[in-house]
Amino acid sequence: MAEKAETRVVLHFPKALLDKPLTSTVVRRFNLDFNILRADVGRDQEGLMVLGLVGAPESIEGAIEWMREQGVRAQPLEQDVLRDRDRCTDCGACIVICPTDALVIDPQTGEVIFNADECVACGICVPVCPPRAMSIKF
Amino acid sequence: MQRAASSRAMLERCETSSAVQVDERVIEVPKTYEEINAKIGAGDVVVVTAEEMVDVVDDLGAEEAAEKIDVVTTGTFGPMCSSGAMINVGHATPRIRISRAWLNDVPVGCGLAAVDLHIGATEVAEGDPLNREHPGLFEYGGAHVIEDLIAGKDVRLKALSYGTDCYPRRELDTWVNIADLNEAYMLNPRNAYQNYNVAVNKFADRDIYTYMGVVKRGLGSANYCSAGQLSPLLNDPHYRTIGIGSRIFLGGAQGFVYWQGTQHDPTCERTEGGVPTGGAGTLATVGDLKQMDKRYAMGVSMYGYGVSLALGIGTVIPILDAEMARFTAVSDAEIVAPVIDYSHNYGHNEGEPLAHVSYAELKSGAIELEGKTVPTTPLSSYVRAREIAQKLKEWIEQGQFMLSEPVQALPSAEESAGFRPLKHRPVKQEGGE
Repeated sequence: MAEKAETRVVLHFPKALLDKPLTSTVVRRFNLDFNILRADVGRDQEGLMVLGLVGAPESIEGAIEWMREQGVRAQPLEQDVLRDRDRCTDCGACIVICPTDALVIDPQTGEVIFNADECVACGICVPVCPPRAMSIKF
Repeated sequence: MQRAASSRAMLERCETSSAVQVDERVIEVPKTYEEINAKIGAGDVVVVTAEEMVDVVDDLGAEEAAEKIDVVTTGTFGPMCSSGAMINVGHATPRIRISRAWLNDVPVGCGLAAVDLHIGATEVAEGDPLNREHPGLFEYGGAHVIEDLIAGKDVRLKALSYGTDCYPRRELDTWVNIADLNEAYMLNPRNAYQNYNVAVNKFADRDIYTYMGVVKRGLGSANYCSAGQLSPLLNDPHYRTIGIGSRIFLGGAQGFVYWQGTQHDPTCERTEGGVPTGGAGTLATVGDLKQMDKRYAMGVSMYGYGVSLALGIGTVIPILDAEMARFTAVSDAEIVAPVIDYSHNYGHNEGEPLAHVSYAELKSGAIELEGKTVPTTPLSSYVRAREIAQKLKEWIEQGQFMLSEPVQALPSAEESAGFRPLKHRPVKQEGGE
């Protein structure tokens, strides 16, 4: 059985692609499962979707490549949700607010750990962080 | 395992101790500040952090630890609202007697001489929507101005005056930089609370937005804010060695204690070991902004509450005798904090603490409260607190930081009137009831 992985991607759909069933096409074509973490159409009429893709790593890669060919801007989520390590003081104000386990505190060292794999890009950590270490660059 | 190894390493460093050996018995010789400073000068001082001291005293006992260890360093890093800075911007031509002023649009205090300004850390930039759309973001305020000054950034000064014969100018709009200011020093009326509340939300049907961070509804979180065993005043619970004139670590530079902090309350309840079970003592601190590092003095925005200054403070405790060794060996398990409801009780000065919990429990990630497992969240950075204690240790070992004996002690429990609420005497309006 092929090894399964999950990759979280941020997809930007230009206006012209908004009415195309690209997501269902890509998951069928590459035999992937998917989990929609977030979907919006912004004021600029660009579609934004945060998608968890589950399947064989090479299929996920292929799917991202295919979507890019269709004109979708696609990049892994960890490039879009960022922690500025210089501004993060490890105060931990974010950890009980984070709805997933993306932000946790290491009980040994007291350090705040950011697990991008668990992040659903909800954005709640951004205003909650007192020194403004977290940012989302969608 | 780790503990044994660290103590061994500590002991190897302790060979230079000055204890007197008679008939194989070690007789304690109380140390003085002068002796410890002489050791710092000679480069053979033995320094450990308050965190390391827990294991040292555990292994050696207080008597032997007092002989081997000369200095214990502490640290804390968290939002400290009662902070600010004094600056003197120099005189313009023609001169202005500033009566209203803003730095990067943040109003600053002008009720002093012509060009002396006071930056209050929590003052919010003019035009900020505050909590009109709740919870407000409070993106920029006095603490951010202080951070920008420390970082060497240009800051815009706008000033107004009514004009006088000797100060004819009425308006000023200029960039200023810390390098050009005559004086720039941090002046904080209250820092380093000895101990602090743990905030929970028992009654509100929504999350609440406080100076202790976002506190989740239904006892959904317990927010605490102290470095516990590393915290300055928890390691000198009766203020034996910290007082007016004590040299400290303040915002990355060497600063001083200039007074007891506001709300200093040595009369609080204490554990058998003397450790306060609530707020208690505080320090008023002063230090040169020009020497500071913004890593230890950062503007922070508390969601739905306001602006504050996240500040790093550390103290140095001379181990004069076994009592000081015992005090500095206090561990997280021995320090308890009161759990207070912030959805109603805190704001209305009502109710008793829901419980007392230890910092060991708080740092484990969850506490048990009223039959619930409540996740904990610190607001004070233990990582930075440790970094500060470590930095102080290095400064002392390298001979860059000398201890100063207080010129006057902070008020003791006997001398203090305690922390009193406002005596509210409402003013009757003329013609009113």
